[in-house]
Amino acid sequence: MADKPVALAQKRLMDIKLGQLPSWLGTRDFTPNGLLGSVRGGYERYFNKYINVKKGGIGGVAMFLAGYVALSYLWEYDHISKYKLSVLKNQ
Amino acid sequence: MMMSFFDQFASPTYLGIPLIAIAIALPWVLYPTPSSRWVNNRLTTIQGWFINRFTNQLMLPLNMGGHKWALLLASLMIFLITINMLGLLPYTFTPTTQLSFNMGFAVPLWLATVIIGMRNQPTVALGHLLPEGTPILLIPVLIIIETISLFIRPLALGVRLTANLTAGHLLIQLIATAVFVLLPMMPTVAILTATVLFLLTLLEIAVAMIQAYVFVLLLSLYLQENV
Repeated sequence: MADKPVALAQKRLMDIKLGQLPSWLGTRDFTPNGLLGSVRGGYERYFNKYINVKKGGIGGVAMFLAGYVALSYLWEYDHISKYKLSVLKNQ
Repeated sequence: MMMSFFDQFASPTYLGIPLIAIAIALPWVLYPTPSSRWVNNRLTTIQGWFINRFTNQLMLPLNMGGHKWALLLASLMIFLITINMLGLLPYTFTPTTQLSFNMGFAVPLWLATVIIGMRNQPTVALGHLLPEGTPILLIPVLIIIETISLFIRPLALGVRLTANLTAGHLLIQLIATAVFVLLPMMPTVAILTATVLFLLTLLEIAVAMIQAYVFVLLLSLYLQENV
Protein backbone atom coordinates (compact mmCIF):
# COMPACT_ATOMS: atom_id res chain seq x y z
CA MET A 1 0.00 0.00 0.00
CA ALA A 2 1.55 3.31 -1.10
CA ASP A 3 2.06 6.25 1.26
CA LYS A 4 -0.45 9.05 1.05
CA PRO A 5 1.11 12.02 -0.76
CA VAL A 6 2.08 14.52 1.96
CA ALA A 7 4.19 17.62 1.38
CA LEU A 8 7.77 17.20 2.52
CA ALA A 9 7.75 20.28 4.71
CA GLN A 10 4.93 18.97 6.85
CA LYS A 11 6.54 15.64 7.70
CA ARG A 12 8.42 15.12 10.93
CA LEU A 13 12.09 14.21 11.00
CA MET A 14 11.54 10.57 11.83
CA ASP A 15 9.06 10.08 8.99
CA ILE A 16 11.19 11.13 6.02
CA LYS A 17 13.36 8.86 3.94
CA LEU A 18 17.13 9.24 4.25
CA GLY A 19 17.55 10.56 0.73
CA GLN A 20 15.04 13.30 1.39
CA LEU A 21 17.04 14.69 4.33
CA PRO A 22 18.81 17.55 2.52
CA SER A 23 15.63 18.79 0.90
CA TRP A 24 13.78 18.45 4.20
CA LEU A 25 16.45 20.56 5.88
CA GLY A 26 15.87 23.14 3.18
CA THR A 27 12.25 23.52 4.20
CA ARG A 28 13.08 24.22 7.86
CA ASP A 29 13.13 27.74 9.23
CA PHE A 30 16.62 28.64 10.40
CA THR A 31 16.03 32.32 11.12
CA PRO A 32 16.54 33.39 14.77
CA ASN A 33 12.77 33.56 15.20
CA GLY A 34 12.45 30.12 13.71
CA LEU A 35 15.15 28.69 15.97
CA LEU A 36 13.48 30.25 18.98
CA GLY A 37 10.18 28.77 17.89
CA SER A 38 11.70 25.33 17.51
CA VAL A 39 13.31 25.57 20.98
CA ARG A 40 10.01 26.60 22.47
CA GLY A 41 8.23 23.82 20.58
CA GLY A 42 10.71 21.28 21.88
CA TYR A 43 10.27 22.56 25.42
CA GLU A 44 6.47 22.35 25.14
CA ARG A 45 6.64 18.80 23.76
CA TYR A 46 8.92 17.69 26.60
CA PHE A 47 6.88 19.51 29.21
CA ASN A 48 3.55 18.15 28.02
CA LYS A 49 4.85 14.62 27.67
CA TYR A 50 6.73 14.19 30.95
CA ILE A 51 5.77 16.88 33.41
CA ASN A 52 2.33 18.25 32.64
CA VAL A 53 0.67 14.88 33.24
CA LYS A 54 -1.71 13.76 35.92
CA LYS A 55 0.69 11.52 37.80
CA GLY A 56 4.08 12.88 36.83
CA GLY A 57 6.93 11.42 38.81
CA ILE A 58 10.53 12.31 39.37
CA GLY A 59 11.45 11.02 35.92
CA GLY A 60 10.66 14.17 34.00
CA VAL A 61 12.92 16.40 36.08
CA ALA A 62 15.53 13.67 36.55
CA MET A 63 15.99 13.17 32.81
CA PHE A 64 16.41 16.87 32.36
CA LEU A 65 18.99 17.12 35.13
CA ALA A 66 20.86 14.11 33.77
CA GLY A 67 21.01 15.91 30.44
CA TYR A 68 22.34 18.98 32.22
CA VAL A 69 25.06 16.91 33.91
CA ALA A 70 26.01 15.45 30.53
CA LEU A 71 26.11 18.93 29.02
CA SER A 72 28.31 20.20 31.84
CA TYR A 73 30.65 17.26 31.33
CA LEU A 74 30.90 18.21 27.68
CA TRP A 75 31.83 21.75 28.69
CA GLU A 76 34.41 20.66 31.22
CA TYR A 77 35.98 17.84 29.24
CA ASP A 78 38.75 19.95 27.76
CA HIS A 79 39.69 21.12 31.21
CA ILE A 80 39.53 17.96 33.26
CA SER A 81 41.07 15.69 30.63
CA LYS A 82 44.38 17.32 31.55
CA TYR A 83 44.28 16.05 35.13
CA LYS A 84 46.70 13.29 36.00
CA LEU A 85 47.07 11.39 39.23
CA SER A 86 50.71 11.98 40.18
CA VAL A 87 50.54 11.11 43.87
CA LEU A 88 51.75 7.57 43.37
CA LYS A 89 54.78 8.64 41.38
CA ASN A 90 57.22 8.11 44.21
CA GLN A 91 56.28 4.49 44.85
CA MET B 1 50.32 23.81 33.87
CA MET B 2 49.82 23.39 37.59
CA MET B 3 46.50 21.84 38.50
CA SER B 4 44.99 23.19 41.65
CA PHE B 5 41.86 22.38 43.53
CA PHE B 6 40.54 25.82 42.71
CA ASP B 7 40.26 25.03 39.03
CA GLN B 8 36.72 23.83 39.54
CA PHE B 9 35.67 27.44 40.15
CA ALA B 10 36.72 28.65 36.71
CA SER B 11 33.90 28.73 34.21
CA PRO B 12 34.91 26.74 31.12
CA THR B 13 34.00 27.91 27.63
CA TYR B 14 32.95 25.68 24.76
CA LEU B 15 32.11 26.92 21.27
CA GLY B 16 32.29 30.43 22.72
CA ILE B 17 29.57 29.83 25.30
CA PRO B 18 30.69 29.94 28.91
CA LEU B 19 29.13 27.35 31.16
CA ILE B 20 28.17 30.03 33.67
CA ALA B 21 25.66 31.39 31.15
CA ILE B 22 23.86 28.05 31.00
CA ALA B 23 24.10 27.62 34.76
CA ILE B 24 22.47 31.00 35.38
CA ALA B 25 19.73 30.49 32.78
CA LEU B 26 18.84 27.00 33.98
CA PRO B 27 16.70 27.81 37.06
CA TRP B 28 14.29 29.67 34.81
CA VAL B 29 13.61 26.52 32.82
CA LEU B 30 12.96 24.41 35.90
CA TYR B 31 10.01 26.49 37.09
CA PRO B 32 7.24 26.36 34.48
CA THR B 33 4.56 29.03 34.54
CA PRO B 34 1.48 27.75 36.32
CA SER B 35 -1.41 27.37 33.90
CA SER B 36 -4.86 28.72 34.54
CA ARG B 37 -6.12 25.28 35.46
CA TRP B 38 -7.50 24.70 38.90
CA VAL B 39 -5.37 21.61 39.47
CA ASN B 40 -1.91 21.79 37.94
CA ASN B 41 0.60 19.05 37.35
CA ARG B 42 2.51 17.77 40.36
CA LEU B 43 5.66 19.76 39.72
CA THR B 44 3.83 23.06 39.45
CA THR B 45 1.72 22.25 42.50
CA ILE B 46 4.73 21.46 44.67
CA GLN B 47 6.56 24.56 43.51
CA GLY B 48 3.52 26.74 44.05
CA TRP B 49 2.96 25.36 47.52
CA PHE B 50 6.58 25.96 48.49
CA ILE B 51 6.70 29.49 47.07
CA ASN B 52 3.44 30.45 48.74
CA ARG B 53 4.51 29.13 52.13
CA PHE B 54 7.90 30.73 51.89
CA THR B 55 6.58 34.13 50.85
CA ASN B 56 3.96 34.02 53.57
CA GLN B 57 6.61 33.22 56.16
CA LEU B 58 8.95 35.90 54.88
CA MET B 59 6.34 38.65 54.80
CA LEU B 60 5.10 38.04 58.35
CA PRO B 61 7.38 40.53 60.13
CA LEU B 62 7.16 43.15 57.38
CA ASN B 63 4.64 45.97 57.23
CA MET B 64 2.61 46.83 54.12
CA GLY B 65 5.42 48.82 52.58
CA GLY B 66 7.66 45.81 52.83
CA HIS B 67 5.17 43.63 51.00
CA LYS B 68 6.16 45.33 47.79
CA TRP B 69 9.37 43.35 48.04
CA ALA B 70 7.58 39.99 48.09
CA LEU B 71 8.16 39.22 44.42
CA LEU B 72 11.80 40.20 44.52
CA LEU B 73 12.68 38.29 47.67
CA ALA B 74 10.72 35.17 46.72
CA SER B 75 12.25 34.99 43.27
CA LEU B 76 15.71 35.64 44.72
CA MET B 77 15.25 32.79 47.14
CA ILE B 78 14.08 30.40 44.42
CA PHE B 79 16.96 31.42 42.20
CA LEU B 80 19.63 31.00 44.88
CA ILE B 81 18.33 27.73 46.24
CA THR B 82 18.06 26.24 42.75
CA ILE B 83 21.53 27.36 41.76
CA ASN B 84 23.04 26.04 44.98
CA MET B 85 21.32 22.67 44.69
CA LEU B 86 22.16 22.28 41.01
CA GLY B 87 25.79 22.96 41.83
CA LEU B 88 25.89 19.74 43.83
CA LEU B 89 25.37 17.64 40.73
CA PRO B 90 28.56 16.22 39.23
CA TYR B 91 30.47 18.32 36.70
CA THR B 92 28.13 21.28 37.07
CA PHE B 93 29.17 24.85 37.70
CA THR B 94 27.85 26.89 40.63
CA PRO B 95 27.63 30.59 39.86
CA THR B 96 27.24 31.44 43.54
CA THR B 97 30.84 30.44 44.18
CA GLN B 98 31.85 33.59 42.33
CA LEU B 99 32.16 36.58 44.66
CA SER B 100 31.25 38.97 41.85
CA PHE B 101 27.95 37.18 41.35
CA ASN B 102 27.00 37.34 45.01
CA MET B 103 28.11 40.91 45.47
CA GLY B 104 25.99 41.75 42.43
CA PHE B 105 23.00 40.60 44.43
CA ALA B 106 24.02 41.84 47.86
CA VAL B 107 25.17 45.41 47.21
CA PRO B 108 22.24 46.73 45.16
CA LEU B 109 19.60 45.14 47.37
CA TRP B 110 21.23 46.28 50.60
CA LEU B 111 21.74 49.76 49.18
CA ALA B 112 18.08 49.82 48.18
CA THR B 113 17.00 49.14 51.74
CA VAL B 114 19.30 51.87 53.08
CA ILE B 115 18.15 54.43 50.53
CA ILE B 116 14.51 53.60 51.16
CA GLY B 117 15.06 54.08 54.87
CA MET B 118 16.92 57.34 54.44
CA ARG B 119 14.32 58.74 52.06
CA ASN B 120 11.14 57.77 53.82
CA GLN B 121 12.08 57.95 57.47
CA PRO B 122 15.56 59.47 57.85
CA THR B 123 15.29 59.98 61.58
CA VAL B 124 14.34 56.40 62.28
CA ALA B 125 16.96 55.09 59.88
CA LEU B 126 19.67 57.14 61.52
CA GLY B 127 18.32 56.20 64.92
CA HIS B 128 19.16 52.58 64.20
CA LEU B 129 22.80 53.57 64.51
CA LEU B 130 22.40 53.88 68.28
CA PRO B 131 20.81 51.00 70.19
CA GLU B 132 18.50 51.87 73.04
CA GLY B 133 19.81 52.10 76.55
CA THR B 134 23.48 52.63 75.83
CA PRO B 135 25.48 54.42 78.51
CA ILE B 136 26.17 58.06 77.61
CA LEU B 137 29.93 57.72 77.52
CA LEU B 138 29.72 54.91 74.97
CA ILE B 139 27.56 56.82 72.49
CA PRO B 140 30.29 58.15 70.14
CA VAL B 141 32.09 54.83 69.98
CA LEU B 142 28.91 52.93 69.41
CA ILE B 143 27.77 55.19 66.58
CA ILE B 144 31.06 54.59 64.81
CA ILE B 145 30.78 50.87 65.40
CA GLU B 146 27.20 50.72 64.17
CA THR B 147 28.07 52.71 61.05
CA ILE B 148 30.89 50.34 60.26
CA SER B 149 28.57 47.40 60.83
CA LEU B 150 26.03 48.98 58.51
CA PHE B 151 28.54 49.31 55.70
CA ILE B 152 29.93 45.87 56.22
CA ARG B 153 26.51 44.27 55.66
CA PRO B 154 26.70 43.88 51.86
CA LEU B 155 30.22 42.56 52.13
CA ALA B 156 29.12 40.05 54.73
CA LEU B 157 26.11 38.98 52.68
CA GLY B 158 28.14 38.35 49.58
CA VAL B 159 31.16 36.80 51.21
CA ARG B 160 29.07 34.55 53.46
CA LEU B 161 27.36 32.92 50.50
CA THR B 162 30.54 32.69 48.46
CA ALA B 163 32.67 31.30 51.25
CA ASN B 164 30.16 28.70 52.37
CA LEU B 165 29.64 27.29 48.93
CA THR B 166 33.27 27.47 47.89
CA ALA B 167 34.40 25.77 51.08
CA GLY B 168 31.83 23.05 50.67
CA HIS B 169 32.77 22.30 47.10
CA LEU B 170 36.45 22.32 47.93
CA LEU B 171 35.94 19.92 50.82
CA ILE B 172 33.99 17.56 48.63
CA GLN B 173 36.70 17.60 46.01
CA LEU B 174 39.48 17.11 48.56
CA ILE B 175 37.82 14.20 50.32
CA ALA B 176 36.85 12.61 47.03
CA THR B 177 40.47 12.82 45.90
CA ALA B 178 41.53 11.26 49.19
CA VAL B 179 39.14 8.35 48.68
CA PHE B 180 40.32 7.87 45.13
CA VAL B 181 43.97 7.84 46.14
CA LEU B 182 43.48 5.59 49.16
CA LEU B 183 41.42 2.98 47.36
CA PRO B 184 44.32 0.87 45.98
CA MET B 185 46.45 1.29 49.09
CA MET B 186 44.18 1.00 52.15
CA PRO B 187 40.64 0.00 51.16
CA THR B 188 39.26 0.09 54.72
CA VAL B 189 40.38 3.65 55.29
CA ALA B 190 39.02 4.47 51.87
CA ILE B 191 35.60 3.14 52.85
CA LEU B 192 35.66 5.19 56.04
CA THR B 193 36.58 8.27 54.05
CA ALA B 194 33.80 7.48 51.61
CA THR B 195 31.36 7.49 54.51
CA VAL B 196 32.69 10.89 55.51
CA LEU B 197 32.19 12.00 51.93
CA PHE B 198 28.60 10.81 51.98
CA LEU B 199 27.87 12.66 55.21
CA LEU B 200 29.59 15.73 53.85
CA THR B 201 27.42 15.66 50.76
CA LEU B 202 24.33 15.55 52.94
CA LEU B 203 25.70 18.55 54.84
CA GLU B 204 26.33 20.36 51.60
CA ILE B 205 22.75 19.86 50.52
CA ALA B 206 21.62 21.40 53.78
CA VAL B 207 24.12 24.24 53.52
CA ALA B 208 23.01 25.00 49.99
CA MET B 209 19.46 25.51 51.14
CA ILE B 210 20.30 27.26 54.37
CA GLN B 211 22.66 29.77 52.85
CA ALA B 212 20.15 30.86 50.26
CA TYR B 213 17.57 31.23 52.98
CA VAL B 214 19.90 33.21 55.23
CA PHE B 215 20.73 35.59 52.41
CA VAL B 216 17.11 36.40 51.76
CA LEU B 217 16.21 36.47 55.43
CA LEU B 218 18.88 39.01 56.26
CA LEU B 219 17.76 41.18 53.38
CA SER B 220 14.21 41.07 54.69
CA LEU B 221 15.56 42.01 58.12
CA TYR B 222 17.37 45.02 56.72
CA LEU B 223 14.18 45.92 54.91
CA GLN B 224 12.18 45.62 58.11
CA GLU B 225 14.37 48.17 59.79
CA ASN B 226 14.06 50.66 57.01
CA VAL B 227 10.73 50.45 55.31
